[in-house]
This record gives sequence, C-alpha cells and structure tokens, in this order.
Amino acid sequence: MSMQTRPDSDFNPADLGQQSNRAWDRVFMWLLFISLAIGIITLVVLLVYVVTKGWPRLDLGLITNMPSIRNPEQSGVQSALMGSIWVIGFTAIIALPIGILAAIYLEEFSKQGGRFQRLVEVNIQNLAAVPSIVYGILGLAVFARALALGQSVITASLTLALLILPVIIISTREALRAVPRNIRDGSLALGATEWQTAYRQTLPAATPGIATGVILSLSRAIGEAAPLLLLGAVTFVTFNPDGMLSGYTTLPIQIFNWTKEPREEFQVLAAAAIVLLLVILLAMNFVAIWIRNRTQRRW
Amino acid sequence: MNELDASIRIAESLSETRHEVSIDIPNPVFTLNGVSVYYGEYEAIRDVSLDIAQGEITAFIGPSGCGKSTLLRSFNRMNDLIVGARITGRLAYHGTDLYGPEVDPIEVRRRIGMVFQKPNVFPKSIYDNVAYGPRVNKTKGNLDDLVEESLTRAALWDEVKDNLKKSAYALSGGQQQRLVIARCIAVRPEVILMDEPCASLDPIATAKIEDLMHELAGDYTIVIVTHNMQQAARVSDRTAFFTAEVDDAGERHGRLIEYGPTRQLFSAPVDQRTEDYISGRFG
Ligand SMILES: Nc1ncnc2c1ncn2[C@@H]1O[C@H](COP(=O)(O)OP(=O)(O)O)[C@@H](O)[C@H]1O
Ligand SMILES: [Mg+2]
Repeated sequence: MSMQTRPDSDFNPADLGQQSNRAWDRVFMWLLFISLAIGIITLVVLLVYVVTKGWPRLDLGLITNMPSIRNPEQSGVQSALMGSIWVIGFTAIIALPIGILAAIYLEEFSKQGGRFQRLVEVNIQNLAAVPSIVYGILGLAVFARALALGQSVITASLTLALLILPVIIISTREALRAVPRNIRDGSLALGATEWQTAYRQTLPAATPGIATGVILSLSRAIGEAAPLLLLGAVTFVTFNPDGMLSGYTTLPIQIFNWTKEPREEFQVLAAAAIVLLLVILLAMNFVAIWIRNRTQRRW
Repeated sequence: MNELDASIRIAESLSETRHEVSIDIPNPVFTLNGVSVYYGEYEAIRDVSLDIAQGEITAFIGPSGCGKSTLLRSFNRMNDLIVGARITGRLAYHGTDLYGPEVDPIEVRRRIGMVFQKPNVFPKSIYDNVAYGPRVNKTKGNLDDLVEESLTRAALWDEVKDNLKKSAYALSGGQQQRLVIARCIAVRPEVILMDEPCASLDPIATAKIEDLMHELAGDYTIVIVTHNMQQAARVSDRTAFFTAEVDDAGERHGRLIEYGPTRQLFSAPVDQRTEDYISGRFG
C-alpha cells in the first residue's frame, strides 16, 4: 500500500551507475589538457632558456651601458631602451587622441548601423589584420621618403601609430559600448547635450576599458621589429635620441642585430636584452590587468 | 455591401468607445491631439488625444506593450534618440507644439524631467549625481545649497548628508530612485515623467516614493506610468487607461480607452475593458 504511493517505487540503484561508454569524453578531455600543456611548456622552456642564457649579463650595466662591437662584455642597451621609450612615447601621443576620438565619433555620433558605420567598421577590422611589414612599406614610402623625415624617431612613431590605430579604435569602441544605455539616457534626460553626455558620462565610465586596450596595443608596438627594420633603423647606435628627427634604435632591433653576431658573448647579450624586453611587456600587461580588476563592473 | 456596412458599424462603435471624461481641464500643461508614435513602420500607439492637468498626478495604466512608455517618452522628446521613432499629430506644451521646428529638444528636457524604471544613478558620488544637471546646464547660484535643497525635497537628505562623497552605488534601490528624483529636481523642471519608478523596488521603498510623489504634487506636474493599478489608485488624480488593439493585419496598436478622474475611473468605469482590467480580469 505505502509502496504504491512512493514516487520512486521503481527505483533501481543500478540506474545511478554509468549509463554509457564515456571513453570519448576522456579522450576529449586529454586533448584539451595536452593542448594547454603545449602552450604552457613552450612558454616556460623559452623563459628558462633566455634567463639562464642571459644570466651572466643580467646586471645594471645592461641598462646603463651603450652597445659596443669590440667589447660585448661591457655592452649595454641604453641607446636601444631610450630609443624604444622615445618611439613609443611619440606613438602614444599620435595614436591615442586620434584613435579615441575616432571611436567616440563612430560609437556616439555616427548613425548606428548605418552604411557609413558598417563600411568604416569592416575597413578598420581589415586594417587590424594587415601584417606589420606592410605598415613598414607604407612608412618608408610616405614618411621617410615623401615627407622626407628619413630614418628618424618620428618616422618610426608615425608608422607604429598607424599600426596600432585600428586596435585602439576597436578596443575603445568596445569599452564605450559596454557603458549601459540608461546612463546616457539619464544624462540626456537632464538636458545634457550628446557631446556633454559623451564627455562627462560615457568616456569616464569607459576609461578603464580604454586604458586596458591602449596599454595592450602599445605593448604590441614596443615588441615590433619588422616595420622598423624596413624603415632603416638597423644602424649601430651609440647615442640616445635627442629629438623627433634624431636617429634611433630600439630594443627588438638591437636584439635582432646581436643575434646575427657569431660570437657567443653577443648571444648572451641578446638573451639578456630579451629578458629585459619581456619584463617590460609583462609589466605593461600586468598594469592593464590591474586596471581592469580594480574597477570592477558597477552596473 | 452588407460586409461594408458591418465594418463601418464596427468602426463607429470602436470610435464611440473612447471615453474621454475629463475634457474640462483648465490650463493644461500638455495637450495631445491625435498623437501616434511609430517605430519605423510600426505604429506603437495610435491617435491619442488628452490633456494633462497642471500640478496634478496623472497615471497611465494598461497591460504591458500597449505603448505607455512610448507615449511618455514623446513628452520630453526622448524618442528622438531612438532611430526610426517618429510622431504624428500635435503634442503641445503650454500651447506650443513640442515638435515644432523652433523647438530645441535639449531645452525641452530641461523643463520636463524623467525618472526611469531602473534607478539609473551615474557612476559618481551622491553629490555629483545631484550636481550633474545644474553643471551641464550651467545653472547659476550656490551648488551646495542646490544639492541640499534637492535632496531634501526628494526626502533623502537626512539619510545621505554625511556621505555625500560616497558612490551612489552604495545606496539601496529605493534610495537610488529617490536620488534620481533629486537629480531631476535639481534642474528645476516643471514636469516630472516617471516610467514605472517602483517596478524594481520593495513595498517599503515603493511607499516612500509614493509619499514623495504626494509631497511633490502641486509644485510639479507628474505623469506616472505604472502597471500597478493599486498604485495608480493611491497616488494619482487622473488616470488614463490604455490597451492594445489588434487591427485587421494582425498588428497590435496601443489605444487610449478611457481617461478621467481616478476615483471615477476606478469606481465607475464606463468601458467594459477598463472594468475588466481594474478588476484584474485581464492584463
Ligand atoms: N525602441 C523600440 N523599437 C521598436 N519597437 C519598440 C521600441 N520600444 C517599444 N517598442 C514596441 O512598442 C510597443 C509599445 O512598447 P512600450 O511603449 O514599451 O509599452 P509599455 O510601456 O506599455 O509596456 C511594443 O510593442 C514594443 O515592442
Ligand atoms: Mg513600459
């Protein structure tokens, strides 16, 4: 009698056992794990290799000394480090305002989903996928030759600015889009103009996202060698840049030059410089992550 | 022939069923004549004619999707911000066509404030939320005094006066909604539009907002959209009942069914649909 009213009266303990062959599940899980392991192991091996190889030269002299052909033990990356800072500084000064203003225009003022917006969108995405060497060719033709800026810091900065502009525009637009509509509506309903709303509400709310995108794209520019090689930055440089039109070298180019040298001391030097470049890149990415985590979503 | 006659008779009976009881509103703030609002080709609300009385609370009630928010947003030209939205008919504010060529929507929104369904405080401090409107409008005078006065009017001052620099997100939902009302008051509007201001609030917070509305009535003209009939009955002086009608093509259009003093509309509704709705039989 009571048996009949129990809903689980036909329950069989065996039902809780494995119902089907899960071999494929396990194979798939292993595939995922191996893929992940390949990525991580490669990175670790690379890091261990460059750190052990460059270890003898990971000293202060690496940063404070100028490069020297005759004397690799005393050689340093000062001119390359300063060159990178100069080039990236001007790249940021050029690319940030243009990229952010373009993104604001596209996101806040142009007709949403209109033909113009779609056209620009497709083009920007394509530009972001263009290989950096192509930007080097463009920079060589336009900035170095046509504008006669030669092999200068500003030529490199203009070229790298064009290279990262699409990424800055795309990431800024995404950050702006993440600001909810009702913040804008609230502002506009108080009699704010569209420009006041963009400047006082949307932009400040999107700043963490914009900063993250900007830092990541600048860290990409710091690591670029190909377009700069094309622009003629390969020269052996033992001085720091002193202006926009100054000659220069950068860390990736200095590394490239040293790795071409047959002598072992230069290989050690190159490894040490690679470690320095990696530290700079990791530090920038860390700052980007820190900004993103510090300002957690409030809506 | 017979079919045509029948459809004409149906059309006539439909048009007869609009019961605009309160046609005698002196000095109306808004006068609507045959107002329809479209999203692209879709007519979300059709042919609305009514007057909004000054200093009173007017409630828009009706089932969801009947165009209450759409109509409300046309009162301060917030629909301008939606691509494809447009309005036909005449919507006058103190006799001036709100959609006339000379009218600046920015100026309209300064005079006609709006409170939204979800409390949309800005990601700023409590003080900066209230000061935002006066700042963008470059209002003259002492900002501190204006912030205090606005928060006091919104019945929030005592709760926040020691924490003005704190983020507005630290407030409860009900406090946030009163902050939004304070923010609105700081611009010194004549009208406050409220679109389901209590939809996301608990009963105690709702009661506070309703008390506040009673406080503000008289000084401000308030139009509130609500799908809560008890709320309309509690707070409003006049009520407009809307519903969605299906046309021959199967499209739903919002229509104004009945409009009158709240007590009259709730105690003796003229239209059967109003009676069904307020007695909870549909919607
Ligand atoms: N931005 C919009 N674009 C297109 N259609 C909309 C938009 N907003 C509302 N609608 C449509 O208009 C009708 C009325 O909506 P709404 O005014 O929000 O009704 P209510 O506030 O009475 O619930 C609905 O059918 C809705 O789908
Ligand atoms: Mg609504």
